[in-house]
Amino acid sequence: MNKILVIAEHNGTEINGSTNKCVTCASKIENCEIDVVVFSKNGDILASKAAKIDGVNKVIKIDGDINEFSLAAIIAPQIKHISSDYSHIFGPSTTFGKDLMPRVAALLDTNQISDIMEVITSHSFKRPTYAGNAILTIEVAKSEKIIATIRTASFTAAENNNNANIDTVSHDIQLPDHTKYISLQSGKSDRPDLQTAKKVVSGGRALASEENFKIIYELADSLGAGAGASRAAVDAGYVPNEMQVGQTGKIIAPDLYLAIGISGAIQHLTGIKDAGTIVAINKDEDAPIFEVADIGLVGDLFKIIPELKAALDG
Amino acid sequence: MSVRKIIVGLKRVIDYNVRVRVRPDGSGVETDGVKMSINPFDEIALEEALRIKEQGKADEIIVLSIGASESQQQLRTGLAMGADRAILIETNENLDPLSITKVFQKIISQENPNLVILGKQAIDNDNNQTGQMLAALLEWPQATFASKISLNDTKAEVIREVDAGLETIEINLPAIITVDLRLNEPRYVKLPDIMKAKKKPLDVIAFGDLDITPNDAIKILNTEPPEQRQKGIMVDNVPALIKELENKGLI
Repeated sequence: MNKILVIAEHNGTEINGSTNKCVTCASKIENCEIDVVVFSKNGDILASKAAKIDGVNKVIKIDGDINEFSLAAIIAPQIKHISSDYSHIFGPSTTFGKDLMPRVAALLDTNQISDIMEVITSHSFKRPTYAGNAILTIEVAKSEKIIATIRTASFTAAENNNNANIDTVSHDIQLPDHTKYISLQSGKSDRPDLQTAKKVVSGGRALASEENFKIIYELADSLGAGAGASRAAVDAGYVPNEMQVGQTGKIIAPDLYLAIGISGAIQHLTGIKDAGTIVAINKDEDAPIFEVADIGLVGDLFKIIPELKAALDG
Repeated sequence: MSVRKIIVGLKRVIDYNVRVRVRPDGSGVETDGVKMSINPFDEIALEEALRIKEQGKADEIIVLSIGASESQQQLRTGLAMGADRAILIETNENLDPLSITKVFQKIISQENPNLVILGKQAIDNDNNQTGQMLAALLEWPQATFASKISLNDTKAEVIREVDAGLETIEINLPAIITVDLRLNEPRYVKLPDIMKAKKKPLDVIAFGDLDITPNDAIKILNTEPPEQRQKGIMVDNVPALIKELENKGLI
């Protein structure tokens, strides 16, 4: 029996879809039982939400004021504390999981497997290196506990129709006080979250200003889509960092991706290559984005986008 | 009080402009005759350390690399950028992140820095592990994916690039900070600095002398190129685009 522990990612009120994706990845392992652990200040609601994820055997709820802000240095020792029953411990390869899981691995004196994109057996996986340009098949010794991050773009999210048991666990392990959370500055938006949205509209440098990006947001709203951007648009200051799609930003896999005024640098393509359908709109017919697009349209985005929006709204 | 000593990790990797090619026999990626450079994130880490020193907040910067003898080239570049001295832990083995972390731990116990700045990941293996592991083994605080670092007395305030936006945390020193792309733009090396760098100390220590047993629990069975997306169709106008999207059931 493979016993798998998934570390839940959340923002204090909602379980992040990355958690469902980790559960899907875990469910690909033969003969497995999947538990989810929720660390938070008061996790009653979060734990009940996690208990809904299909395929989950049990939710472990560990509450405490100290767990309010999901700090790696605080959570890692608590994961170690409950790790002995598990053959695998998974977290998402979001900034939350990337920050946390190596710290867990080191406390358990083992390496982490980064960005699992495919499960072959309980101890063999595929993972990307060189920005996705070289895919490794790796095998882990059976004696080793597997600590891994899961490449969320490679797995669909498990549905929420379950009703798993919730165990409340308390402990008295000494936790460090050397790290203090101060604040989170976030571009609040009502649009779907980039990493879990089914549709995403992204704009590039060709938008030419922060003001012009309005047409991207409006098109996104017409489609019910999330809004993203290329690194060039972020670096030019048109949009905040968290909108960046690509190797150094967010790696996403929506059903529909619209790349508007984005030339298609390798680092951007790395972030979207798992998308279902890629639509590219660009005035340069030689732009590399057309090499990967399923549907391409050459033309002036400032004419095409309003026309497209009008047709969608029609 | 200021930061006394900073250690910065420098990894020799295939230059980020090189289009990486997987060997046809699946044994890895082609490295023969390929341009090698400092991992770009490590260059940003060093630049930040140099700026901290230039503000009078640090006395000494040590650059540390773990790898083959050729890594001395990258360490010399780091010295030319302005680091004070360099250490190479020489090995021809492709070490696992935990073993690399234990090398750092050992050097840190000898050098007693109060700040270690690393790239958030190396662009070859994309592991993104060493900084966090090092913080765990040393029981130090960590601030990963830094886009702004402010040092005061015994603490650092770090702005981190996280998925939800920009998170600010405060950590006590000594600490591990890993850096993201937007922290700074590294300086160019000038010719006189390259000449000066030749006189700066560069110690070479054999990995075998450190008494660290590599962890070989993870084996690489195969390396392959990714599946390529096929080129799709071009449409001439918006109505044609709408029709295609409707046919696919996407709108």
